[in-house]
Amino acid sequence: MWKSAEKILAAAVLAGALAATGIAVADPQPAAKAAATKGEKDKARQAVNVLTPAGASAPAGKTPIALGRPALPEEIAAWNIDVRADGEGLPPGKGSVKEGEELFLQNCATCHGEFGEGAGRWPVLAGGRGTLKSERPEKTIGSFWPYASTVYDYVHRAMPFGSNMTLSADQTYAIVAYLLNLNDLVPENYVLSKENFSKVDLPNEANFFDDDRETSEKAFWKTNPCMKECSGEVHVTARAQILNVTPDGDPPKGDLE
Amino acid sequence: MSDTSLPPVERAPGAKPSLSKPSLSRRRFLNLAGVGAGAAVAVGGRSALAAPAAGAPDPNIVPVPDWTRTLGAPVNENPYGKPSVFEKDVVRREVTWLTASSQSSVSFTPLYALDSVITPNGLCFVRHHGGQAEIEPDKYRLMIHGMVDKPLVFTLEDIKRMPGRVNRAYFLECAANSGMEWRGAQLNGCQFTHGMIHNLFYTGVPLKTLLDMAGVNPKGKWVLAEGADAAVMTRSIPLEKAMKDCLVAFAMNGEALRPEQGYPVRLVVPGWEGNMWVKWLRRLKVGDQPWQQREETSKYTDLLADGRSRRFTFVMDAKSVVTSPSPQAPLKQKGPNVLSGIAWSGRGTITRVDMSLDGGRNWTTARLDGPAMPMSMTRFYLDFDWAGQELMVQSRAMDDTGYVQPTKQELRAVRGTNSIYHNNGIQTWLVRANGETENVEVG
Ligand code: HEC
Repeated sequence: MWKSAEKILAAAVLAGALAATGIAVADPQPAAKAAATKGEKDKARQAVNVLTPAGASAPAGKTPIALGRPALPEEIAAWNIDVRADGEGLPPGKGSVKEGEELFLQNCATCHGEFGEGAGRWPVLAGGRGTLKSERPEKTIGSFWPYASTVYDYVHRAMPFGSNMTLSADQTYAIVAYLLNLNDLVPENYVLSKENFSKVDLPNEANFFDDDRETSEKAFWKTNPCMKECSGEVHVTARAQILNVTPDGDPPKGDLE
Repeated sequence: MSDTSLPPVERAPGAKPSLSKPSLSRRRFLNLAGVGAGAAVAVGGRSALAAPAAGAPDPNIVPVPDWTRTLGAPVNENPYGKPSVFEKDVVRREVTWLTASSQSSVSFTPLYALDSVITPNGLCFVRHHGGQAEIEPDKYRLMIHGMVDKPLVFTLEDIKRMPGRVNRAYFLECAANSGMEWRGAQLNGCQFTHGMIHNLFYTGVPLKTLLDMAGVNPKGKWVLAEGADAAVMTRSIPLEKAMKDCLVAFAMNGEALRPEQGYPVRLVVPGWEGNMWVKWLRRLKVGDQPWQQREETSKYTDLLADGRSRRFTFVMDAKSVVTSPSPQAPLKQKGPNVLSGIAWSGRGTITRVDMSLDGGRNWTTARLDGPAMPMSMTRFYLDFDWAGQELMVQSRAMDDTGYVQPTKQELRAVRGTNSIYHNNGIQTWLVRANGETENVEVG
């Protein structure tokens, strides 16, 4: 049964398209198979497995699809809340560390602690500088986050947890100013605004780099992994701390994320 | 803990079967009694409940059992079907101390009890950041704007009327799956070590279709996907990926998305970390750079031992795990046993899975069965005769790019132990002589 599906797949690959009209074609030539790119093969596999008819991902044709309607400017404004690292998306407004402290104590401190130290298991927002190489890194706005814009964006979008999107622009600027102050990034008398936002750099920004697994982990691509006598005697070196599925099991080391 | 292979309920020998139909409540009682009775089966022996005394007829055969003698439940007893009452322990589970809030938490897939490659809809792991949004389908809107010619708004009906609908099977794995295991073996059960994954058939429209309708500006390089939940979840997705194989999906395994999976519409980002598959999708914005959202800076970046962090590590590397035996599914009998597990790769198709029973010293190639599709789960088996010896069971997946699943030591050598995300190291289960199975590390 599965064999025949493989054949069908091969046929589709041979045809070089997922338009499965050639589904009845016999075994593929090895050369043709090799010529097909991995992407094509992947497409063909999925397409053939679900027996998608020809044209599944073919362009819908020249005539535009008469679905959807233009988005109104007011509608875009209502949802367009994202703020980018270069400050694009920041609304007009400003707020001081002092105002922020007040707001933070009212709206945030029950979970995050008065100084952002985190109450119980709620996230820690301040401190942790110099811990990233340690066994127990503490990732906070000051120690880890690359961009201050993310604080503005996230606090406005998702906080306070349970009543998100309730803070005004001025209130959000003030709370962000307070969080930056808690992390020793701006002085106590600082007033954060759309205008001076781009002046705030976070210390860990330079320590992020794009995914490099294909080079740094090249060794994980290997043609003939060892099958016999791959190591000496193998011993158990560690056992799971038995997890009681019940909530009172010992909290393990480390975070979910 | 949870024993799923419960023996049928036994009727007291000699008890005269009542001629009248047993009441529903009596039948329920019998069923529950069966569940409660459990079945502690001594390894090497045979089930006490199943085994008649030598030469005596099996009471499950003689006399004829109740379920054969009496009419069963009517056809529509459960208008939306349910699993057998004997499978009541096969459920998602939460580890409540893991997070401060159940609205920003995770409930894990019971992989140990599942077979084949498609995850049942009700058992798919759930990860929310702001609870489960409930959106009326008539009120659902999807907006596309930013660097496009025509900002557009779609209704659910619009999406369902769109030409070019497709069906595709893909795994969705949370980047934090196995994240608790970086520093050592911690959680005792593949539900918890590997249960932030599911594999489904999605029905939807290629994201490209929608983006083409809006007309992407040639300078557009990234797409911001945003959810309508109380986390207003966002991720930046490279335009190239969005145009290649992402889907705007409205169905899973043939039915409407479950609310916890983003009803009515979620994004499907094949092979890439689950957090990007934005649920309750409300907005797509095209831009020329990533947005550096919280979920791609503070979270979902991989801290290495030298204090630097990898970002935009979207692809889920090849990985596998043995689901049987595993701590929640111990071996019960000597003799023939079916060892089994799942493998997947975000880079392509699983081509081979090897299994070791001695902690990685020697390997045997397992049998793949069922579909092996790109970026979709593949099932493997090893038919095995167990003599009752201690085993250190491992599996090692390979994909069609030539990637071989690394050992945990190999992974830690490159990444340290603070990555949280992308732990695809080889898992070891220690099976003791009594069949009990534990999460261990070997060296
Ligand atoms: C009811 C508890 C609660 C309150 C009140 C609350 N938060 Fe949070 N906060 C959370 C939780 C839970 C998360 C993590 C959410 C998730 O998992 O996505 C979080 C995350 C954050 C983060 C991101 C942390 C990180 O490291 O990624 C910031 C910043 C933050 N909160 C700021 C605030 C601010 C500012 C306020 C007040 C305006 C506030 N929070 C109020 C519970 C709370």
